[in-house]
Amino acid sequence: MIYNYLGNYSLVFCLIFSLIIFFLCFKSINDPRKIIEKNIFSLLFLQLLTIIISFFSLIILFVLSDFSNETVYNHSHTTKPIFYKISGSWGNHEGSLLLWLFVLVLFIFIFSLTSKKHPKKYRIFTIIFHEIIVLGFIIFLLSVSNPFNMNYPIPYEGLGLNPILQDPALAIHPPILYLGYVGSSIIFSSALAALVQGYVNKNWASHIKKWIIISWIFLTLGIMIGSIWAYYELGWGGFWFWDAVENVSLMPWFCLTALLHTIIVLEKRNILKSWTLILSIATFILSLGGTFLVRSGILNSVHTFANDPSRGIFILIFLFIIIFLSVIIFFLFQIEESTSRKTFFLSKETSLIINNWFMMYFLSVVLIGTTYPIFLEVLTSDKVSVGPPFYNKLLIPFLIPFFVVMAFGPKLQWIKTKFSKIKYTNFFYFFISLAASVFIIRYSEAKYLFSTAIFVTSFILLIKTIEGFFEKKNNFSQKLSHFSFSIFILSILLNGAFSTEFSANMKQGDELNINNNSIKFINLKTLNKNNYKTVITTFEIKDKQGRILKFNPEVRIYNQPEILTSEADIKSNIFSDKFLVVNLLKDDGYFNVRYQVKPFMSWIWFSIILLTIGGILSFFRKI
Amino acid sequence: MKKKIIFFCVFLSFLFIFFIFFKSIYNKNYYTPQEFTKNYINFEAKELFTKKDFNSNQLFLDEKITIINIWASWCIPCLQEHKYLMNLKNNNNINLIGLNYKDKENNAKKFIYKNGNPYDLILTDNEGIISIELGAFGVPETFIIQNKKIIKKYIGPLNQQNIIEIKNIITK
Repeated sequence: MIYNYLGNYSLVFCLIFSLIIFFLCFKSINDPRKIIEKNIFSLLFLQLLTIIISFFSLIILFVLSDFSNETVYNHSHTTKPIFYKISGSWGNHEGSLLLWLFVLVLFIFIFSLTSKKHPKKYRIFTIIFHEIIVLGFIIFLLSVSNPFNMNYPIPYEGLGLNPILQDPALAIHPPILYLGYVGSSIIFSSALAALVQGYVNKNWASHIKKWIIISWIFLTLGIMIGSIWAYYELGWGGFWFWDAVENVSLMPWFCLTALLHTIIVLEKRNILKSWTLILSIATFILSLGGTFLVRSGILNSVHTFANDPSRGIFILIFLFIIIFLSVIIFFLFQIEESTSRKTFFLSKETSLIINNWFMMYFLSVVLIGTTYPIFLEVLTSDKVSVGPPFYNKLLIPFLIPFFVVMAFGPKLQWIKTKFSKIKYTNFFYFFISLAASVFIIRYSEAKYLFSTAIFVTSFILLIKTIEGFFEKKNNFSQKLSHFSFSIFILSILLNGAFSTEFSANMKQGDELNINNNSIKFINLKTLNKNNYKTVITTFEIKDKQGRILKFNPEVRIYNQPEILTSEADIKSNIFSDKFLVVNLLKDDGYFNVRYQVKPFMSWIWFSIILLTIGGILSFFRKI
Repeated sequence: MKKKIIFFCVFLSFLFIFFIFFKSIYNKNYYTPQEFTKNYINFEAKELFTKKDFNSNQLFLDEKITIINIWASWCIPCLQEHKYLMNLKNNNNINLIGLNYKDKENNAKKFIYKNGNPYDLILTDNEGIISIELGAFGVPETFIIQNKKIIKKYIGPLNQQNIIEIKNIITK
């Protein structure tokens, strides 16, 4: 009970502190002193403190199962394990927004501490723009999605957390993803501040690069954890479904990846200023726009928390205030690009710009695929559904030139590379790749010419990135990231080419033969767990060599709320995942059994982790 | 000058996007039935073979009992209950309507050619909205309608006992 008041009023205090910071900053702009006033720092700290208090009050309310709080009542239950009580506090609309706000305030505090080398006015403007975002979120929380709304009379029991969300991967998925999203807000406000102050130069680039890398690392990890969860929990056997909400997280990622590469050009050559700014602004707007699409209930998916139109309208108006603000500032303070410096076609700059073109193309495909149905429905009330075929057909062919550019681009030099420097070993690599691809294509059922091309280019990319490790240039993080990206692409391709699936309806004691493998349904037993009942089945799969593998997939029947979930049993080793999932059928005793062999699954996850390690290394690298 | 034109183009296009999103918030993209317990059913649907439009008012005209059976060619239990439906075929006291749920036209026709047509009329429900209006949970389901009211409903495939029950209702 007391925590309700504590949380609510500390939010109100946070709002007051933000307003004070906002006005103090305006006063501080005209102050001639070179350092930021102490009181702004202490207010930023107080603001952080109030958010921490309110965030922890919500967690305590969840741990105590205090159903006088509406959010706890809607999303918790006394029989839920303590771990999911805690993670449940950000597994809902109100709590997750509080987490947003927490990270938002934490980041601006860290920013103000770590940017002491930079001009005062630039820092002050960054704080001003950031406080606009903070204010927007606090008002949003307090007005239409307050996590501390009270219930009266106090219910005895809560409604429970959606069981598919009761999972360790999903408990850490939102915080990590938010670190990525919110990191982009710092990039946004500092880009606007740099624009206003005319500080878009090499210094700014090397400063904001750290923040870009941080958000990129967290965004990548967050997306990966989400898709790992989808892989083993949703029981469809895939890891990426082009679901609208997945796309929403992918769009800022494309933008951020493009920015990550452009900022290097700005840092080294002091060109592409406007483009860097557009990307910085677009990344945050895509993050916020994604929040709008997910939270307004326009898109239906597992992530849709709220279907309250007032919330949607609030975020929408806030989003467009931010958009119009940045558009106006961008045009008011537009930078004249210095055209004196020449750039030749065969240079590192050009290859980085080409990288940007590809990223923008991928981004626009995903953006159109996600938002076009909304536009069409409003304008013509037609319904279209955009599914994986659309994305596959539009994205995959363009990967071929993309790989080629990625294989050779990093080898080029700044400003100009002489054509004679291109080595003939590349032809040798080409033939190795061609041989490997033809070998692979023969054993898969993929389409001939097209898949050969994509395999050849991805093998060339792999060889070139490996070759990179033996070169003298001291840029290990970039080499590692590009290498792991090529591993990532190859594992996805091989996974797509060699995955096999088998599905049938079976009952206890049945045995089936497929492609020299035999599946036997041995037995099933029912157990009562704390907050669910479970049916554990035992299957035996005998492969060609006569080796026997035991699988124990489950069907869980959760009590609060009553929902059936299938827990797949996955046997992973280095080369492949064996995936068995059962679903309950209506008829007595029959189960729908799906058995999949998915090669190189663990390589996909491993390569993404390697990719983020590359990012971490580049964060600690001295320029 | 050029700068201003670009600015206004960008501004207007964002305004347009705002308008679209604003509209779509109120444009619900899922369908919920008006009431939970429906006494009175009203819908329109196309016939599978002739493509003629039928209104439910045309169908439930008199005291005669109407049976609506929701089926689909992809639904295995539907095949199981098909023989029982064939059993009801030659009964003149009832009007047996098949509601083809979220199916491909060719597959549905093949199913009927292969297994026989027990229905007096087959309507199509490609979006699944009529089935929701009726209050169906899945496929197959069977509704018995008299005086435009649902008097009985069977969830899942019919069996021999259900058929006996249905025949009892008819002869009452």
